[in-house]
Amino acid sequence: MHKQLNEKDFGTPERTSDREVTLEIDGMQVTVTAGTSIMRAAAEGGVNVPKLCATDSLEPFGSCRLCLVEIEGRRGFPASCTTPVEPGMKIRTQTPKLQSLRKGVMELYISDHPLDCLTCPANGNCELQDMAGVTGLREVRYGFDGENHLASKKDESNPYFTYDPSKCIVCNRCVRACEEIQGTYALTISGRGFDSRVSPGTDQSFMESDCVSCGACVQACPTATLQEKTVIAIGQAEHSVVTTCAYCGVGCAFKAEMKGNEVVRMTPYKDGQANEGHSCVKGRFAWGYATHQDRITKPMIRSKITDPWREVSWAEALDYAASEFKRIQKQHGRDSIGGIVSSRCTNEEGYLVQKLVRAAFGNNNVDTCARVCHSPTGYGLKQTLGESAGTQTFKSVEHSDVILVIGANPTDAHPVFASRMKKRLREGAKLIVIDPRKIELVSSPHIKAAFHLPLKPGTNVAMLSALAHVIVTEGLLHNSFIAERCEDRAFGQWRDFVSLPENSPEATQQITGVSADLVRGAARLYATGGNAAIYYGLGVTEHAQGSTSVMAIANLAMATGNIGREGVGVNPLRGQNNVQGSCDIGSFPHELPGYRHVSDSTTRHLFEQAWGVEIQPEPGLRIPNMFDAALDGSFKGLYCQGEDIVQSDPNTQHVTAALSAMECIVVQDIFLNETAMYAHVFLPGSSFLEKDGTFTNAERRISRVRRVMPPKAILADWEVTVQLSQRLGYPMNYKHPSEIMDEIARLTPTFHGVSYAKLEELGSIQWPCNDDAPLGTPIMHIDHFVRGKGRFIITQYVATDEKVTRKFPLILTTGRILSQYNVGAQTRRTENVQWHEQDLLEIHPHDAEDRGINDGGWVAIQSRSGETVLRAKLSERMQPGVVYTTFHFPESGANVITTDNSDWATNCPEYKVTAVQIKPVSEPSDWQQKYTRFSKAQQDLLDQARPGHA
Amino acid sequence: MDMENLIHMANKIGEFFESVPDREEALLGISGHIHNFWAPRMRSQLLECVDSANSEGLKPIVLEAIRAHRNNLLPRH
Repeated sequence: MHKQLNEKDFGTPERTSDREVTLEIDGMQVTVTAGTSIMRAAAEGGVNVPKLCATDSLEPFGSCRLCLVEIEGRRGFPASCTTPVEPGMKIRTQTPKLQSLRKGVMELYISDHPLDCLTCPANGNCELQDMAGVTGLREVRYGFDGENHLASKKDESNPYFTYDPSKCIVCNRCVRACEEIQGTYALTISGRGFDSRVSPGTDQSFMESDCVSCGACVQACPTATLQEKTVIAIGQAEHSVVTTCAYCGVGCAFKAEMKGNEVVRMTPYKDGQANEGHSCVKGRFAWGYATHQDRITKPMIRSKITDPWREVSWAEALDYAASEFKRIQKQHGRDSIGGIVSSRCTNEEGYLVQKLVRAAFGNNNVDTCARVCHSPTGYGLKQTLGESAGTQTFKSVEHSDVILVIGANPTDAHPVFASRMKKRLREGAKLIVIDPRKIELVSSPHIKAAFHLPLKPGTNVAMLSALAHVIVTEGLLHNSFIAERCEDRAFGQWRDFVSLPENSPEATQQITGVSADLVRGAARLYATGGNAAIYYGLGVTEHAQGSTSVMAIANLAMATGNIGREGVGVNPLRGQNNVQGSCDIGSFPHELPGYRHVSDSTTRHLFEQAWGVEIQPEPGLRIPNMFDAALDGSFKGLYCQGEDIVQSDPNTQHVTAALSAMECIVVQDIFLNETAMYAHVFLPGSSFLEKDGTFTNAERRISRVRRVMPPKAILADWEVTVQLSQRLGYPMNYKHPSEIMDEIARLTPTFHGVSYAKLEELGSIQWPCNDDAPLGTPIMHIDHFVRGKGRFIITQYVATDEKVTRKFPLILTTGRILSQYNVGAQTRRTENVQWHEQDLLEIHPHDAEDRGINDGGWVAIQSRSGETVLRAKLSERMQPGVVYTTFHFPESGANVITTDNSDWATNCPEYKVTAVQIKPVSEPSDWQQKYTRFSKAQQDLLDQARPGHA
Repeated sequence: MDMENLIHMANKIGEFFESVPDREEALLGISGHIHNFWAPRMRSQLLECVDSANSEGLKPIVLEAIRAHRNNLLPRH
C-alpha cells in the first residue's frame, strides 16, 4: 500500500453527531456533521483554507490568523478553525481583503525566520513554505534586520530529533500535541510576547525534561523546528509504505517513509485504526536495529557449540538442519524434536512453523513465547467467556466511565494506548489501579487514581475475590444481565463462594496488605460508576495463579454486566506485537488454528484433508516441558524461530542446561541472540521491514506488515520454513504470504472472511470476520457469549509456593520500561540506550538502608534459583519488602533469579514473584562472570566465520 | 521427565479444582485438564507414578481423579 507522503489535513478533528448541517462555502453547498469547523467543512468540500496553527490531530487554537474567512451577515474575519458551522451560513474563503490580511500575517512570520529554504531539512515538506506560496508573499516590507530569534541555539540533546528555536513560529502545535495526544505535558511556551518560545520543562533541554520522545511534537511541527535527525542527514523521503510496528501489542500503523530501499523515517499513520496517528519512542524512532551491523545475513552451521561458525549456502544449511532432524527422529523417536515460534513473527510465519511441526515433524511439539506471557489469558477467557481474546476495541476506552488497571503499566509497556486511556481519564473517567508499585498512571499530569490498591505481589486472586465479595454482599450485582446471559448454576456457586467471610476485604487485607476500606471503595466504584472496563497485563498472567486471576477478572465483568458494549469489557494488554495472532493460528501444542483442540477429530480431519497428512491427536510439549524433556534425554532437536528462550525464559541455568543437552538446535533470527549461542544451525531472519505478512494486536486487529526493502538474507522467513519442510519430505507450495492467509481463512471459522484484498480495502480487520461479521467484530459478546452462556468460575486463592523466608525475605518482581523492549535485542541496538543503558534493581529506601545499600551501588540478588548483581536504584515507587528489575540486558541475568514456578493451568512462568535476599557487593556474580566468558567465546566463534565483521 | 516436577504440577491443578463444590465435577476437571494439556509422555509417567508405591506426593484429590479417569489419561498410540 504505497501512500502519498502526507495525507490530507482537514485542519480540525472530525466531530460526531446525529445532526447534519448544510452551508455554502464559496458558492458550493456543503453538508457536514454538526460541530464541524468551517475549516474542516471547507476541506471536506475540497477547499483548503490557509492555516499554520491548525492540524486535524489537535483541537483548534485560533492563533495564527491565516485561516480567516468572511461570513455573510457577520462583521469581521473569524478564524475558520475555531468557528463551528451553522445551517445556512454563507462563507467566503478567498477575497481581496482576506488575501491582504493573510499576506500581512505571513510577512510578520517570515520577518523572523531564517531564509534558508534551499538548505533547510524541511524543504519540500514545510507548511510555512507552502503558506508563503499560497498567500502570494513576494516581499517582507519590514526587512530582516530587526530584533529576531535567528541566533537561537539549537537543542540537539535528543538522539532522534533536534529543536531549532530559530525556525519556530510559536504555533503551539507541539505543546498541544504533548498535552492532547501524548498527555505528558513536557512542553510549554516560556516567556511572553516576543520572548515566547517552546520550552521543554523549565527551560531544560529535551533530554533533561519529562519528554518521552513519542514524536507527537515532531509530527505536529509545521516547520523544521522539530526535525528528525535522519531527515536532516539524508533528506526528505520520496515514497512511503504503510506497515505495522513490530514492537508491543498495540500494533500501531506506520508509514515507512523511504528513499529507494532506505528508511528515512517512520511516521504514525493517521488512518491507522489501532493508533490513530500516534506513536511511542520505540515505533517512531527505534528502528535502526533493522540495519545494524550485528545483523547476520548468511546461514551458518557447526557441529558443536564450541566449534567456530561456518558460513554456508542456504542449501547447505537447510540440508544440514533437515538431516539432523531426521537423524534424531530416527534415533530417538518421532517426538524427540519440536519447534518454538516467537510472537514477534507474523501470523503467516507462525502458521507455517506449526504446520511444519505437525505435518513434517509429525508431532505436536510446537509452542510460542505467548506461553510465557499471556497463555493464562487464552485459557481463562476461553473457560469463562468462550473465546481466547480481549473483548473490545482500543477506541472503546473513549466510552469508559471507570477504568480498572490491574497488573499492567500501560505508559511504559503500551504507551500509545496509554495516551488514549489518559485522554479519557482527563475527560473525567475514574481510575482504579491495582499494582504493587505506584506506577505512573497513579499520579501523572491531570490524572490521579481514585484508588490505588498497592497489593503484595502474588495476591491478585485474593484481591479480585474481595472485590467480588463487596459487589455480591452489598447488592451491586447486575442481576438481569446475569439472569439472561450467564449459567445459573455456576453463578450460584460463585456467588456463594465469594460471599464467604474469608473473601471479605477485612479478611483478605492480611493477605494483600491493602486496607479493606480501599477495596470496598474500589469495588463500589467499579460496580456503580457507569461503563467500567478492566485492562490487565503480565502482572496478572505471570503468576502461579495467572489463569485463576484472568477468570476472576471475567467474573467481575459478568457480575456487573460490564461486557458486550462500548466502554466496558475485559482487555488483556498483550506484550509483544503478535501475541494474539500467534495463539490464534495454532502455535500452542494442544490447539490447531482457531483454538480447536487437537483431540477434536472433526477439526483434525479438516486439517488432515487440507495438508494431506495424519495429525497426532495428543497435545505436544509446552516450552517448559521441552526443557524438562531435554534434560531427561527424550527431546533432542529444536527449530526456534525468532525467540530468545535463553534470555526470556525463567531460571536461565535450567534453560541453558536443557539446550546444552540437545543435539541440534536451529535458530532463525536477525541477530546472534543468547539462544543462538547454544545453536548448531543459524538461519538468518528478516526484520519487519523486510516482511510481507500480518500481525494481530491486543484488540484482535489483523493488520498488514508490508515489505519496504528486500530481505537482507535473500530468503524471507516464511520461505526458509517452506524450504526446510521440503527437505523434511513435506513440500509446501506458496508463492506469497497472502496464500498462507488464504489457507488460514479457509480452515478457521473466525478467519473465514479475512484476505489480503479485504485488509487492503478495510485497512485492518478485528476477528471474528466471517459470513456473520463480514467487516469484522470490534466488540465481542454483544448479545450472547461465544460459549453461549457466560460461566462464572470459583477462584480460590492459593498462596504461591515462592514464600518469603528469613533467608529470602524480599519479593522480586520484574517488568518493562518505556525505552526498551522485551529482551532488548532490538532496542539495545538503538539510541534508546541513552534512556536505559542497564537494568537496575529498584528498592525502597528503607530496605536499602537496612542493608547498607546506596543508590547506584552494586547489589547481589540471591534467589533459590541463582544470583546476579545489579546496580541499586532507591525508589519510593516500591513498597517496602518488594524489589523490582527489568530484563532488557542479557548480562543482567534477571532470569537467573526467577524460578521454575508456573501457572497451574498453562505453565506460564511466575516471573512476578521470586523470594530474594539482597546485599551490597563489589563484583559481578559467578554466573555473570561465566556468562561474560561464554559470551565472548561465542562472539569469537562468530568472528572467525565473519572476519570482516570482527 | 522430572517426576517431582510432574507431581508438583499435578498438585497445582488439584488445588484449583479442590474448590469446585461438586466432587465428581472436580475429579473430571483434573483429569480433563491433564488430558488436554499434558503430552503423552508426561501422562504416562504420572500414571506410572500412581501405579507405583511412590505416589504419596500426590494430593488425595489428584490421586482420586487419576484413578477414577485413568482410561482418559492413557496415551493414544
